[in-house]
Amino acid sequence: MSETNYKPSSAFGKWFDERLPLLTLFNGHLMQYPTPKNLNYWWTFGGILTFCLVTQIITGIVLAMHYTAHADLAFSSVEHIMRDVNYGWLIRYIHANGASMFFLAVYIHIFRALFYGSYKSPRELIWILGIFIYILMMAAAFMGYVLPWGQMSFWGATVITNLFSAIPLIGDSITQWLWGGYSVDNPTLNRFFSLHYLIPFLILGLVVLHIWALHVPGNNNPIGIDLKKDGSDTVTFHPYIVIKDLFALVIFMIVFAGFVFYAPNILGHSDNYIPADPLVTPAHIVPEWYLLPFYAILRSVPDKLGGVVLMFGAILILAALPWLDTSKVRSAIFRPIYKQFFWLLVIDVLVLGYMGAMPAEGTYLLISRIATVYYFIHFLIIMPLLGFTEKTKPVPLSIADPIILGSGNMAAAKKDSNIN
Amino acid sequence: MSDDTNNKKKPTRREFIHIATTAVGAVGAGCVALPLVTQMNPDASVKALAKVEVDISKIEKGNEVTVMWRGKPIFIRRRTDQEVSKARQVSLKELKDPQKDEDRVKKGKDEWLVMIGVCTHLGCVPLKQQGEFGGWFCPCHGSHYDISGRIRKGPAPVNMEIPNYEFVSDSKLIIG
Repeated sequence: MSETNYKPSSAFGKWFDERLPLLTLFNGHLMQYPTPKNLNYWWTFGGILTFCLVTQIITGIVLAMHYTAHADLAFSSVEHIMRDVNYGWLIRYIHANGASMFFLAVYIHIFRALFYGSYKSPRELIWILGIFIYILMMAAAFMGYVLPWGQMSFWGATVITNLFSAIPLIGDSITQWLWGGYSVDNPTLNRFFSLHYLIPFLILGLVVLHIWALHVPGNNNPIGIDLKKDGSDTVTFHPYIVIKDLFALVIFMIVFAGFVFYAPNILGHSDNYIPADPLVTPAHIVPEWYLLPFYAILRSVPDKLGGVVLMFGAILILAALPWLDTSKVRSAIFRPIYKQFFWLLVIDVLVLGYMGAMPAEGTYLLISRIATVYYFIHFLIIMPLLGFTEKTKPVPLSIADPIILGSGNMAAAKKDSNIN
Repeated sequence: MSDDTNNKKKPTRREFIHIATTAVGAVGAGCVALPLVTQMNPDASVKALAKVEVDISKIEKGNEVTVMWRGKPIFIRRRTDQEVSKARQVSLKELKDPQKDEDRVKKGKDEWLVMIGVCTHLGCVPLKQQGEFGGWFCPCHGSHYDISGRIRKGPAPVNMEIPNYEFVSDSKLIIG
């Protein structure tokens, strides 16, 4: 797919490219790279996520110039950023809301992959790399939330690190090793700062692998079929996808700016503007919104180890999805039953998220238990069975054909599912 | 790699060097990893804060004070006679983590309950005089403890922990 006959136009470009073929690399992957011509706006979130990562890294590096990672000073250094540092308020609000925007985009990106079957062969590794990125994102977000050293920072850190104490026998030693003490304290804050700075660069490395793995088979597309070899199904990445991505990015930035300038604290918790106090636990400890569904799963199990296992299992089960889903048809457009189950899963995750924010008692607990069970049923039972029982709609032969020949060609379309 | 088949059973000099080099390299990597991993364990300055002294002469019956020890709250509760007898009436069969109240206090100091005020579920600080068993209630995930600090209901697996402590006099307590 990379353009072999590419020649830089300038003499310097030619000289440089012969010694280090960076220009050839960019030309192949950011200009000539063939993309399906039917990509819709759900496909623009890859670009948006890259923007989010870069935004977090830049604002984060700037914040680190003013932040002090010490239990006695961290809280006031964040207030110092907010009040004294030039545009500190803006940079911090972009960074804090940027985390939420990052997760908003990643959830759309993940559900897009679920709807259109982008995780299926031959794209399993892209999907698994994506899950690693997602896990690292959660780790980075969690540690970043600890840094302001407010009440939610402290108690969030306490609850999450205590998850590891559920491990039989070695659990307590592991938590003490994580803390560097006998509770969350200054050593914990220091190492979280160090790791919070490291993780985005690990994510960046994984993003490169994610895109590299993507550019081997090429993008999936809304109808989920393999593309014709002759190129009639594709357009070049530049300018077609670049412009589409940029337009979507502008809309996304409007939403982003809306939060930063008009409601910068709406996604946070007011408790985190109270300095950390190891003697007082806030009445309701709630994680940030993007972790709520997993928190609901954790709390729905009346057993400590069981809750922790199920919570991590809920994330890791996604990695097995390419093999749990037995259907040969990728896109939900041609899978009428799966399409309904897809939306049920979306609702289920939203319900779990809502339950994660509510107190763990009475009806809330009952509903989160049902939603937790359904979450696992979806992946462990429905996905494998549906591939065998579902009657899929006829899949078109190519992206170009139905458009050129009109709807009449659907008769010539492949019956069922010989996609490979 | 070598020319004849007789040598197959015995490792060649080259194979021996490969294995020996890899083994030495692995030991070296382990030696480097050890300090890098253990540096994260509690350091000397953290361990140095391992004991605290508490004056308990001003604590009335039915009251409770909280002191810090190793960054954790320690609940020191002077229980009323009623509370003590209530704790002792509980049958061990009702308990998730069966333990007698007598085993959770010092002999002859039955009114004094000294325990680490940390929920054994995920480390929150339970609230006193709340919950269904007249003891403590953890607001995070709803664990109920009785007046002996034993888990009665909710996700916490075990009773609240009793630290090492001793009464040096009637008015003084050393934790740690």
